[in-house]
Amino acid sequence: MNRGLGRLVLGRLGASAFSLVFVIVAIFTITAALPGDVADTLLGQGATAGATAALRHAMGLDQPAWLRFWHWLDSMLHADPGRSLLTGRPVAELIGLRLYNSLLLAGATAAVSVPASLALGLACTMRQGSRFDRFVTTALLGVVSVPVFLLATVAVFVFAVQFRVAPALADINAVHSVWQFIRVFFMPVITLAGATTAQMSRMIRACMIDVFSAPWIEMAVLKGVPPVRIVLFHALPNAIGPVVNAIALSLSSLLGGVVVVETVFNYPGMAGLMVDSVAARDVPVVQCCALIFCVAYLFLTTLADVVAVASTRRGGSH
Amino acid sequence: MTALISVRGLHVAGRRRDGSEVGIVRDVSLEVQRGEMLALIGESGSGKTTIALSLMGYVRPGCRISGGEIEVAGYRVDQMTPDPLRNFRGKTISYVAQNAGSAFNPALTLHRQVIEPALSHWVLPRRDAERRAVDLFRAMALPHPETIGARYPHQLSGGQLQRLMAAMALITEPEVVVFDEPTTALDVTTQIEVLEAFRAVLAERGITGVYVTHDLAVVAQVADRAVVLRNGAVCESGPTSEVLERPHAPYARELVEASRLPVRAMAAAGPVPEPVLTLSDMVVGYGSVDARGLPARRILDGINLSVPRGRILGIIGESGCGKSTLVRTIAGLQASAAGTIRFRGEDLAGAVARRTPDQRRRLQIVAQNADLVLNPAWTVGAILMRVLRFFHGLRGAEARAEALRLLDLVRLPQSVFERRPPELSGGQKQRVNFARALAARPDLVLCDEITAALDPVVAAAILELLADLQATLGLSCIFITHDLHALRAVCDRVAVLLGGHVVEQCDAASLMDGVHHPYSRLLVSSVPEMRPGWLDEVTRQRQVATDAPPPPVAAGGCPFVSRCAMRIEDICDHVPPPVVPGAGGARIACHHPLADLPPLLQADGAA
Repeated sequence: MNRGLGRLVLGRLGASAFSLVFVIVAIFTITAALPGDVADTLLGQGATAGATAALRHAMGLDQPAWLRFWHWLDSMLHADPGRSLLTGRPVAELIGLRLYNSLLLAGATAAVSVPASLALGLACTMRQGSRFDRFVTTALLGVVSVPVFLLATVAVFVFAVQFRVAPALADINAVHSVWQFIRVFFMPVITLAGATTAQMSRMIRACMIDVFSAPWIEMAVLKGVPPVRIVLFHALPNAIGPVVNAIALSLSSLLGGVVVVETVFNYPGMAGLMVDSVAARDVPVVQCCALIFCVAYLFLTTLADVVAVASTRRGGSH
Repeated sequence: MTALISVRGLHVAGRRRDGSEVGIVRDVSLEVQRGEMLALIGESGSGKTTIALSLMGYVRPGCRISGGEIEVAGYRVDQMTPDPLRNFRGKTISYVAQNAGSAFNPALTLHRQVIEPALSHWVLPRRDAERRAVDLFRAMALPHPETIGARYPHQLSGGQLQRLMAAMALITEPEVVVFDEPTTALDVTTQIEVLEAFRAVLAERGITGVYVTHDLAVVAQVADRAVVLRNGAVCESGPTSEVLERPHAPYARELVEASRLPVRAMAAAGPVPEPVLTLSDMVVGYGSVDARGLPARRILDGINLSVPRGRILGIIGESGCGKSTLVRTIAGLQASAAGTIRFRGEDLAGAVARRTPDQRRRLQIVAQNADLVLNPAWTVGAILMRVLRFFHGLRGAEARAEALRLLDLVRLPQSVFERRPPELSGGQKQRVNFARALAARPDLVLCDEITAALDPVVAAAILELLADLQATLGLSCIFITHDLHALRAVCDRVAVLLGGHVVEQCDAASLMDGVHHPYSRLLVSSVPEMRPGWLDEVTRQRQVATDAPPPPVAAGGCPFVSRCAMRIEDICDHVPPPVVPGAGGARIACHHPLADLPPLLQADGAA
């Protein structure tokens, strides 16, 4: 590792920080632009204009936008996302458990989909053009083209209604053993992993085939190196950059899938909380959730870029 | 004695896009005895690499062995199943690829790759394999044999990688080694070192080999027998001397002819015409800039050159000497840090954007790779007519007539007008490339390695065309090349470029004999000759060469100091050499008095 690499990584982190500032402004602007506010929600339709105005004033909602933005920014910088306007409970407390649940779901999905995509992508590369390869790529293309909510509905129909192997709703409070964990998480994970694996293994296959066209792969074949060793020892180290990028991009697209899947399975995660809070105009909660999603996305893409840069450097392809 | 390699009636078929099959190799039979080296000669597309690879039971994707028998060291290669085949490759037969730069895995150290065949085939335990690798590195005359394996491919030069690749091929002590154009991508001075290293090791170990090449002079040095291929079929075969000296088949004769290019006649004596282009004290570089505005790392350093009107100036040098940068600087594509360009008596701006349209029209460039400059979606006619309209405002029938005249000038049939570049052969594309430059009616044409990507027979025709155009149109040219034969065939005058410096300028005709800069001498004597035994003579003469560690080149020193056998310590490495006028208007940059420089004998350079 050298100074040039450090500079590149710093540059990339700087760009991410810039994106983060942009994201913060965007989140505030969008939530401020939502029609109606929490005062309407709390007091209902029968409230008098005077009562809502008084509540608004009490909550500080009548302050100018820039002042509210300043307050929000100030509190975020002190790691205090404020209190829910709806219930008065601290946002951190509301989100805490939900965040844990969502991370659990995302982690379980990644643990299934990353090895599965690597295996599928590498197997297709090794048998490029064979019947196996054609079948798998066609099937994966099919899965990619199906929207996640349909995948989720089909999963419910097949596993919960037809075969009754898993519950249709993910009741996370019922988890007391590994077996129960598998039963509860089976369907949300299968749905999410299906979508991400399809995308990821297609990208991994494309990266690997690109690497496989290099003359030094032919050289390895002519040296009599076993095929598995060619893939793992010769091809993979050269494909780490693009492969990690493919994985990170797919995992970040998982964030979008989470919203749908949590809703379909009534899973108590971040996405569900965010959807409810948008409906109630509980702005501090919405802002905090949006920020967490955006930071997660930025983190994944930045990580992918840094790994890509570092791996090309080490590989020495200038 | 039975043959170690025997191929009978080999057919290899390739699949086209539409699914139909086409014969790439047709009914080829050949034999190689134990300890013998067979050369497969042919141009690109002749099937020589396909045959060499089929000996290893390997065909490139989309191809298949469609008939015939291949027997190597007792194995019926065409009938082997994948597992025995994998065990056979790398152990019984091994391969040295054309471009070692891309045949080594960039992400792995060389050591791991070199000993991999021995480990994959359980020939040697790791420790012994490592020891044998170091022995082979030493035998291949590689620097630092103990530690060179710890490096990555991009840290070594092309010539070193090629020798490492040969070491990798020999690590399992195979019975047969296939060499696929192993020196084609190298400079002549490097090629000689690699050839010598190969030959010493092969002779010592009694290796049987197949050597794929298009260079007949190399064949004469390395091969016992030769097979000439054309369009996938054998057109001539026999002992090397027989094939090279008394070829029977018309194509083989053509090939031998093409390697003996005629030397251009000297320009008429008399006063040298006015220069059309003059470069003065040109510096191009990058990195931090000193007080005088000169960059720390120089690609070109103090270049002084001029091209007389109606003459062809050749610029020769190894890869990395700054040839292409020179072309780009003259063309205005590369900014210079210092120096001036005078073109037709007026100063020429450094950047092409600041030149007048007329200046741009008068200075045209013909690039090395026609594929990269000709738009594949346009017809040849459209390509030419666009230039005519752009520079001369010609349209319609007028432009069409002029375009057809240009095609005629570069000796292409009029039918080419309607065709697109991908439908043309390499030689035809290069002619269109030429016609495109001529369409502007330039005063000076920059030719950047225009024959480097072409087969010898085609290249010879392009050189002939250039010489004729020069004679009929009075064209002025700068001809960049690394090929001494091409240089002598078309150029009036030569500048020898090394490390961004012009070390010598002289008449092209006098380059092969008389007194020259030690580098020019090395360059000239490194060009392989078609007679067997040449390599022995040259390597014997160079026994005195430069094993001592080269001194670091300080700024201002002679660029050749690290390789020069006659360097003067404490002078050559930091004092800029004076430019000394020599016989016949030559200008040589050397610290030695010219009388002390050993002259080239005619025999050294007679190709």
